[in-house]
Amino acid sequence: MSLVFAAICSHAPGITARAEMADPADRDALYAAMAGLREQIEAVRPDAVIILAAEHFANFFMNNMPAFAVGMGETYSGPIEDPNWLKIPKREVRGAPDLGKRLVSEMLQTVDIAYAEEWQFDHGIIVPLHLLDPENQLTVIPANINCQGPPLTPLYRAWAFGEAIRRAADSVPERIALIATGGISHWPATPDSGKINEAWDRDFLDRWLANDRERLLAYTDEETYRDAGQGGFEIRTFIAAAAAARGKGTLQFFRPIPIFAVSCTVAIMEIA
Amino acid sequence: MSLYQLSKLLYVLNRDDAAKTLFKSDPTGLTQQFALSEEECKAVLDHDVGLLYVLGVNGQILMHFAALCGVAWPDYLQAMRDGVTRYGPVRAGLYAMTTGADEKVAGV
Repeated sequence: MSLVFAAICSHAPGITARAEMADPADRDALYAAMAGLREQIEAVRPDAVIILAAEHFANFFMNNMPAFAVGMGETYSGPIEDPNWLKIPKREVRGAPDLGKRLVSEMLQTVDIAYAEEWQFDHGIIVPLHLLDPENQLTVIPANINCQGPPLTPLYRAWAFGEAIRRAADSVPERIALIATGGISHWPATPDSGKINEAWDRDFLDRWLANDRERLLAYTDEETYRDAGQGGFEIRTFIAAAAAARGKGTLQFFRPIPIFAVSCTVAIMEIA
Repeated sequence: MSLYQLSKLLYVLNRDDAAKTLFKSDPTGLTQQFALSEEECKAVLDHDVGLLYVLGVNGQILMHFAALCGVAWPDYLQAMRDGVTRYGPVRAGLYAMTTGADEKVAGV
């Protein structure tokens, strides 16, 4: 049928791994926002959910790093992290190989993506999935943009990937939802973990909610690294979601939570 | 300096159960599969998270190595701070420390 839903949310591992170290009011508010997102996904009855993440060397490494990757496997597993560390039990997730192949074929018309029939989900996908699909009911198509190992995927190519996702979703009879995960400013897994540039995050979200392509693509990696840390490179997934949805966004949750290392965010975007 | 090889070892260790088993039974055997400098090899064998951080290992790989070695999150952050104090600033990569050695941004 088409792309029927688009949203963005945070995927920081601390959201589950360090849940007990957080102020319960912060944690519960975020979890409630994710429960709200779960209900919105259920309401659109997607046949498959594309989860577009910025994975962290779970499947893709500098021995052969794709700028973009899309899954078309039968099943996926995760978390790749120690379940006791991430505090998410291992699960097997249903994929959609036939649909995945059709989507990949269409995306390849404009963007040179890699495809993968094997994929171990890391926190970039499994943290949101744990909260959005606790019963493991969803059919998932994982997607990835290289936000970790430089040279990184340029922002304008992330936009082009988002456009390709939209065109591909609109070319199939199935109902497709898109959830892009990441962080805005953050300095993850370093001694700086917990540092958050809230003003930068709010400015980025202003650009995203307005779907202002020019301003979303105006960042240089040097500026992002300086102002938003190495974690800020993950804005690529949110940018791709804006390109796919084409509409205006609605912010449903925003709160800097240092023990989770990011401004925790939930937003949806109108499909236009 | 062979940061790529060092990072590759940790990447493999994070995702491969056989490598985890080897790391426990014969850690030297695992390190010999990669072209490491003496300093890099020692950092792995000593579980020296601080030195690995200073050598430039990406935190997204390093935090899982720390977890594998039984290092809790607050101790992982402190090991990196101690590493910078002991060995100097991060020498390569994107994961430099921008906060002070006594600064605990998120309270840990």
